[in-house]
Amino acid sequence: MSSNKKYWRSVEELNADSSIVETLRQNEFVEEIPTDEFLGNKANLETSSTTRRDFLKYVGFSTAAASLAACEGPVVKSIPYVVQPEEIIPGVANYYATTIADGFDFASVLVKTREGRPVKIDNNNLAASQGGVNARVHASILGLYDSLRVKGPQRAGENISWDTFDSETNQKLTEVMNGGKEIVLLTQTFASPSTSKLISNFQEKYGNVSHVVYDAVSESTALDAYQAKYGERGLANYDFSKASVIVSVGADFLGDWQGGGFESGYSLGRIPTNGKMSRHIQIEANMSLTGANADKRIPATPSQQKQALAKLYSYVTGQSVSTDLPAHLDEAIQKVASELKKAGSNGVFVTGINDVNAQTIALEINAALGSKAFDPSTPIKTRQGSDKAVMTLIANMKAGKVGAIIMNGVNPLYTLPNASDFAEGLKQTELSISFTLKADETASESQYIAAVPHYLESWGDVELKKGHFGLMQPTIRPLFDTRQFQQALLKWTGSDASYYDFIKENWSTGILGGASFNQALHDGMYVATGLNGVLASGPSSASTTTASTTLKEKKDRTFVGGIIHDAAVGVGIKDEDKDEYVTTSSTSSSTSGSAAGVSAVASVSGGDAARALASTSSSNGMELQLYTKTGMGDGQQANNPWLQEFPDPISRASWDNYVTVSATDAKRLDIKNWHVANGGLNGSLVELSVNGQTITVPAIIQPGQAVGSLGLSLGYGRTKGLKEEMQTGKNAYPFYANFNSAQSDVSIKLVAGEHEFACVQLHNTLMGRGDIIKETTLEIFNTKDKKHWNEVPHVSLNHVETPVTSPDVDLWDEFDRSIGHHFNLSIDLNACTGCGACVIACHAENNVPVVGKSEIRRSRDMHWLRIDRYYSSEDTFTGDIERKEAAKGLTGDTGIKNTLHDMEIAADNPQVAFQPIMCQHCNHAPCETVCPVAATSHGRQGQNHMAYNRCVGTRYCANNCPYKVRRFNWFRYNKNEEFDYFMNDDLGRMVLNPDVVVRSRGVMEKCSLCIQKTQKTILDAKRDGREIKDGEFQTACSAACGTGAMVFGDINDKESKVAKLKEDKRMYRLLEYIGTQPNVQYHTIVRNTTEA
Amino acid sequence: MEDNSTNNMKQVIHRKLAANILQLGFLFLLTFSTSLYAQDGDPAKGKTLYNANCAACHKLDAPMTGPALRNIEKKLADEEGLDRAWLTAWIHNSAGLIKSGDAYANKIYNEYNQMPMMPFPQLSDEDISDILAYTAEEKAAPVVAAPTGGTESSGGGDGTSNTLILGALAVLFALLAMALVLVRRTLNRFAEAKGVDLSAQQKGVPIWKAFVQNQFLVLVSVILLLLVSAYFVFGYFMQIDVNEGYAPVQPIHYSHRIHAGDNGIDCKYCHSSARVSKTSGIPSLNVCMNCHKSISEVAPETLAEGKEYGVDYNAEIEKLYAATGWSPADQKYTGEPQPVKWIRIHNLPDFAYFNHSQHVTVGGIECQTCHGPVETMEIMSQHSPLTMGWCINCHRETDVKVENNEYYTKIHDQLSKKYGVEKLTVAQMGGLECGKCHY
Repeated sequence: MSSNKKYWRSVEELNADSSIVETLRQNEFVEEIPTDEFLGNKANLETSSTTRRDFLKYVGFSTAAASLAACEGPVVKSIPYVVQPEEIIPGVANYYATTIADGFDFASVLVKTREGRPVKIDNNNLAASQGGVNARVHASILGLYDSLRVKGPQRAGENISWDTFDSETNQKLTEVMNGGKEIVLLTQTFASPSTSKLISNFQEKYGNVSHVVYDAVSESTALDAYQAKYGERGLANYDFSKASVIVSVGADFLGDWQGGGFESGYSLGRIPTNGKMSRHIQIEANMSLTGANADKRIPATPSQQKQALAKLYSYVTGQSVSTDLPAHLDEAIQKVASELKKAGSNGVFVTGINDVNAQTIALEINAALGSKAFDPSTPIKTRQGSDKAVMTLIANMKAGKVGAIIMNGVNPLYTLPNASDFAEGLKQTELSISFTLKADETASESQYIAAVPHYLESWGDVELKKGHFGLMQPTIRPLFDTRQFQQALLKWTGSDASYYDFIKENWSTGILGGASFNQALHDGMYVATGLNGVLASGPSSASTTTASTTLKEKKDRTFVGGIIHDAAVGVGIKDEDKDEYVTTSSTSSSTSGSAAGVSAVASVSGGDAARALASTSSSNGMELQLYTKTGMGDGQQANNPWLQEFPDPISRASWDNYVTVSATDAKRLDIKNWHVANGGLNGSLVELSVNGQTITVPAIIQPGQAVGSLGLSLGYGRTKGLKEEMQTGKNAYPFYANFNSAQSDVSIKLVAGEHEFACVQLHNTLMGRGDIIKETTLEIFNTKDKKHWNEVPHVSLNHVETPVTSPDVDLWDEFDRSIGHHFNLSIDLNACTGCGACVIACHAENNVPVVGKSEIRRSRDMHWLRIDRYYSSEDTFTGDIERKEAAKGLTGDTGIKNTLHDMEIAADNPQVAFQPIMCQHCNHAPCETVCPVAATSHGRQGQNHMAYNRCVGTRYCANNCPYKVRRFNWFRYNKNEEFDYFMNDDLGRMVLNPDVVVRSRGVMEKCSLCIQKTQKTILDAKRDGREIKDGEFQTACSAACGTGAMVFGDINDKESKVAKLKEDKRMYRLLEYIGTQPNVQYHTIVRNTTEA
Repeated sequence: MEDNSTNNMKQVIHRKLAANILQLGFLFLLTFSTSLYAQDGDPAKGKTLYNANCAACHKLDAPMTGPALRNIEKKLADEEGLDRAWLTAWIHNSAGLIKSGDAYANKIYNEYNQMPMMPFPQLSDEDISDILAYTAEEKAAPVVAAPTGGTESSGGGDGTSNTLILGALAVLFALLAMALVLVRRTLNRFAEAKGVDLSAQQKGVPIWKAFVQNQFLVLVSVILLLLVSAYFVFGYFMQIDVNEGYAPVQPIHYSHRIHAGDNGIDCKYCHSSARVSKTSGIPSLNVCMNCHKSISEVAPETLAEGKEYGVDYNAEIEKLYAATGWSPADQKYTGEPQPVKWIRIHNLPDFAYFNHSQHVTVGGIECQTCHGPVETMEIMSQHSPLTMGWCINCHRETDVKVENNEYYTKIHDQLSKKYGVEKLTVAQMGGLECGKCHY
C-alpha cells in the first residue's frame, strides 16, 4: 500500500533546507575517506615496488601455497625410552592398588596407568568390604594433574629449596622447643598406624608437642559417643545388607555420613530376593540421597528430629520421654518404633544429628535391638577429629601459647566457622608451616608452604576399619619437587630414612604378623587375621626401634614426548636404586595417642540422653541444615572441573551451591524459581543470617524439604588456590558454629536480584508416565502377576492388540544376533542410589569434556551418562498414574489439561526415582536411519557405533533420538582458552585415555558402551586362546557401580548374569512401545510399603 | 631404468672383485710375514680358536669386557716382563693366579671392574700359541678406498655411451624431419609447375569450425572433459596425506637391511611390544645396547657397503653411544643419556584404532604384509598407503586364523554354517564395522 508518509532518520531531515541533510545526501560516507592521503602522494606511489597487480599475485600465490602446504602432514617425532622400565610396555596398561586418604574420602582403589601415568581410578575388588569408590574419588585423579598445584617449597610466596626449608625450620623448631612454647601438629585424619608412630617419635624429640586432628566436616560427637560406650575412638560400622528395617534420623548414609561407604551393603538388601527386601524409613530435613531412596520419608526439621529421636527411644525401650512433637509426627514415630521393635535384631537405627546424646541414643537403640547390622568389632577409623581439641588450640593460639604450628591436609581458614580467630592466632605463632597441594586460604597465610605429593605419588598406610588396612603406593614418579608430611617428620626427627621403609618396617614388625608385605602392597589392602595389641590405637606407651630409609631426591625426572620417562615403582625398590637409599635406625620412647587433646566423654545413660534431647526447644526462626554435596564434599577438590560440573543428584544443579527451601516457605517468603527463554533456571536471592554471620545466596525450591528448615551445602565459595571458573558458590562454613550441621534461629529474607543456575534437568516430575520408570510395591510384586506391574506394551496390529516385542509388529527385518557377543547393560533401579560414581567414571574413561557453567545453562552438557531424577506430584508415583488415568475430558477441573498442568508441580514430600540414562544402543535405532553420511551405524555385538571422523554435524540423529542421549560438540573443548579446564593445559591432558579419541568441534558424540573396553577384553581372550568368562566384560559405569545396580555382559552367553537378568520379571526396556529394542535393560523399582 | 639397474649390478661385481684381489694380496703378504714371537703358531687355526673362545670378551684393537689382545704377548713381555708361561697360567686359571697374589694379575683384574676371566683349561699349549700367532698379526689396512675409483670410471663410461646413442638418434630424427620438409617443398613446386590448384582441395569447412558448429558434440566433449578432469582432481585429492614411500632422514641411520636382512634378526626381537600391545613400539635404546655393547664397529665389508649409501656405519654406532651415554673405552655408561628423536613414518590418524597384537599375535600376519620388504630396506620407508580402503580390502580377503584358538571355536562353527563357507574372512566376522576401528 503506498502512502504519503514521510519517513525520516533524524529530526534534521524534516527541515527542508538543512545544509547538513543536503551534504549527507550527496556524500556516501559521512566522514571524508582519506584516499588522498594514500593515493595523492604520487611520488611515493610510483616508487613503491609493489603494484596492485603484484599485490594480488602475492595474495594469490600465498593462498595457493598455504593450501598446498596444508596437504602435507606434519613431521611427527617419536621418542622412545633410553632405558625402558621393565614393567612398562607402551600401549599396555598397568594397574596398581592403592588407597586414597585425603581426610574426607578413604577408599581402596585400583589405578590404571598408561605409559607410566595414571589415567583412571577403579574399585579395588579385593577390598570390596571396605566401601565403594564414590564420584569424588573417581575424580581425584584430576587433582594429580592440577596445574595450580604448588610445585615446590615456598617461604612467604617465594620459592626456596628443600635444604633451605630444612635448615630454617629445624632451627626455628629448636628455638620454639627451647623457648618452652608448644608445637602443634594440626592435621587431617590420617588413620595411619605408621604416621601415628612417626608423630609420637616427633613428640618424643620435641617434647611439648600436641597433635590435633581436625576434620572439616566433623563427626566428633559420634566419635565421643562411641568412645564413651565402647572405649575406642571410632565410628560404628553398619552392614545394611543384614538389616530388614533401616531407620535413619537425619543420617545421609548413602552420602557422606560418617565417611560414607555404606551403599553397597544397603543396595544388597534392596533387591527383592525370595519376596523379601529391606524397609527403609528416613526422617530428615533436606532431601538427601538417602531420603530419596527411602521407602518412607518423613520430613522433619532438625529440632523435630531430636525430639523424634528421643520419642523413638522411649517407644523402643519403654522409657517415657515427653516432647512437644506435632501429633502427626508423633504418630509416625510410634509406627516406626513398632516396626523397629518387630524387626528386633534385624533392625538398625542410625542418626546424623551432631549431638553426643543423639549419637549415644543411636548406639543404645542398636544395642537394645541387638542389631545384626551393627558390627562392634570393626569400628571405622577414618574420622578422628575432635572439636574440643580444635577449639582449645584456637584459644591457645590466640593466647600466644603456641610457638609453631604445622598443618597437613587441613584448610582451617576456609573450613573453620571462626576462621578469623584462627587467622589471629596464626599471626602469633613463631613458625607456621602448611603442607599442602595448593596455595589455599590457609597455606597462603602460612610462613612456609611445603608442597606435598598427591596421594597417587605417595607412600602411606591407612587403617580404614579396625583390622582392615590399606596401603598407599606411588603410581607415578612425583611430578613436582614435593615432600610428604611423613617424610618431613622423619627429617625433623633426624632420620634420613624414607617413609616407604618406615612403613615396611612398621608393617613387618607389627601389622602383618608374618604375612608378605609385597602381597599386601599388590592387593593394596590387608585384613588382619587376629586383632592383636598392635592394632590398638588410642593412648599408648611404646618404646620402639625403627629402622627406616629415605629416598634421596631423584634428579632424573624427565619428560619424554609427554610421557614421564622414569615411572613409578611397582613393588619395592629395585636393586640398582639401593644406593640411593640410606638406612638409619633410631630408638625412641613416647607417650601419646591419636586421641590427644580429647577429654573422654563420661558415659551417659540412654534415658538421660533422651530427656536431654527431648528438652530441645523448637527454633524461633527457620532452621538450617548444612550438608555436603555428593560432588563437592568438604570442598578440598573445588578446583576439579569434573566435580564442579557434576550435577547434584537431587537438585540437578551444577557449578553452584544454594539454599534449599520448601515450597510452603518459598511461598511465604516470596522466593521464586523460574525458567528463562534459553531454558535456563533462574532463582531469587536471599540473605541468610545465623549468629551474626550473613551471606547472600540463591534459593532453590526443593520438594521434600521439611517446612521450617533450609538446606545449604558446604564446600563451595573457595577463593584461593583455584581457577577463577571454579570459584563458585558461597562459603557456608561460617554457619558451621560448634561444628553442628544443624543451626537454629536462622533468619532469611528476600533480597533484590536474581541468580542464574546451571541445571541439567528442568522438568522435575514424571507426570504419571509410568512407562519411563516402572514402579510397584513389594506386596503387589509378591502377589500379583507380572502383567499387573510390568506389562509389555501392546500396539494395534490389524485391530488386534499385539505385544510390541512380537516380530509381527516390527517394521524392520530382524538381524540374526544370536552368534558372537551381544552386549546388554542392565540397570537395577532398586539398587541404584543415584550416587553418580558412574558419571565421573564415564568422564574419565571416555575423555568427556567439561563445558562450563554458561554452556550447561544452554543445555549443552556433554555427559554421556546422566542420572535423571524424578519426583512424584502425588505422594507416590502410583498416585500420579491413578490421577492421570482418572482425568476426564479436555478441560475442567478434572480435565486432562488441568491435571497435567498440576502434575508438573512436585509434591511437598514426593517419592523420588533415579534413572541412569546413556545411549540405549537400540537394535532398531532411530538415529542410524536419519544420518545422511552413515556416521552412526549398528554393530553385530549390539553396540550403536559412532564414527566421529565421518560425522558432519547435521544433528539429525540427536533430534531423532527418543532418549536424548546424543551430545553435540558446539565448540572445540580442548586446547581452547575459552574452556580453561583440564583439557586446556598439558598437565591436565595427561589424564586423557589414549584409547579414546578426543572429539573435535562439530561432531556428535555419545556413549559407546565402552567399546574400547569390550574390544580389549575380546582381544585379550583371543591372544590367550580362551573363551570369555562372565564378568570380564565391563563398561566404565558398570565397573564403577559400587551398588551392583549396573551389570554388563553378553546375553548370548546364557549362563551370564546379564542374560539371567534379561529374563527377570522386573526387566523392562525404556519406551519399549516405540519399538526401538534397546540393549539397555531397566529393572522395575519395588518399594517396600508394607508397614509391619 | 633397466639400464641403470644393470649398471648397478655391474658395479657391485666390480667392487667385490677388486676387494677380493686386495684381500688376497693381504693374505699373501701376511702368510709370508712371520712374527718374531709366533714361532710355531698357525694364525689361521688361531683365528678359529680366537673367534670360538676369546671374541666374546676381547677385541683385537680395542678394549671390551677384557683388554685388547693385538700383540699381547709382545706387549706383556716388553712392558711387564711376563712370559708365555705366565700367559698360559692366566688363560688356564686366571682366578688362581689372582689368588696367588700375582701383582699384574691383580692389577688387570681390578682394572676391568673385577670381572673374572673364564678359565680355559681345555686350551693346549699349541692352541695358545696358535691364538697368540693370530693376535700377533698386523692390523689389516682398511680395504675400502681403492675400488671405488674403478666403479666410478666404469659408471662414467656407460653414461657416455648412452648420451652418444641418444645424440645419434636425435641427429637421425633431425635429418628425417629435414628430408620430409624438403620432399614436401619439392612436391609443392611440382604441383605449382603442373598448375594444380592446391587451395581448391581445402574447400570444405575446417574441422574445428565444424566442431564448434555442432553443439551436441561440444556439449558431449565438455561433459567428457569435465568428467575426466574431475577424475584426476579426485585422484589428486585422494592421495593427499597418503605417504606411501615416505622415507625421512632419521637422526641415526639405522639399516633394517643389515639387521633384519643380513643378520636375520627377528622383527619382534626389537619391536617386542607388537606381540602384546597396540603399538609395535620403537625399540628403546637399551635394546640396541644388548648387541652394540660389544659391536662398536662394523666389519670392513659392511663399512664398504655403507659408503655406497653415503653412510659411515661406525659413525652411526657412535651416535648410539652418544645417545645412551656409553663410553666404549671404559665399557661403562658415563655420559648423560640423550633420547633419540626418531621421525615417525607410519602415522595413523588418532581416530583410527589399530592394534598390532591383534594382527601379529592373533592373526599371525607377517610384518612384511603391511610394512613391505623391510629386510631389504636400507632406509625405512612406508610401504603401504595405510588408507581405509587398503585396510578394508585386506579384511575382505583375509581368512581369520582360527586354528588352535579356543576363542573362535564356537563363533566360527556357527558363523561358517550361517554363511555356508569353509573359512571365514575378517569381514564376515564383523571386521568391517565402523566401531571396530573408530572409537
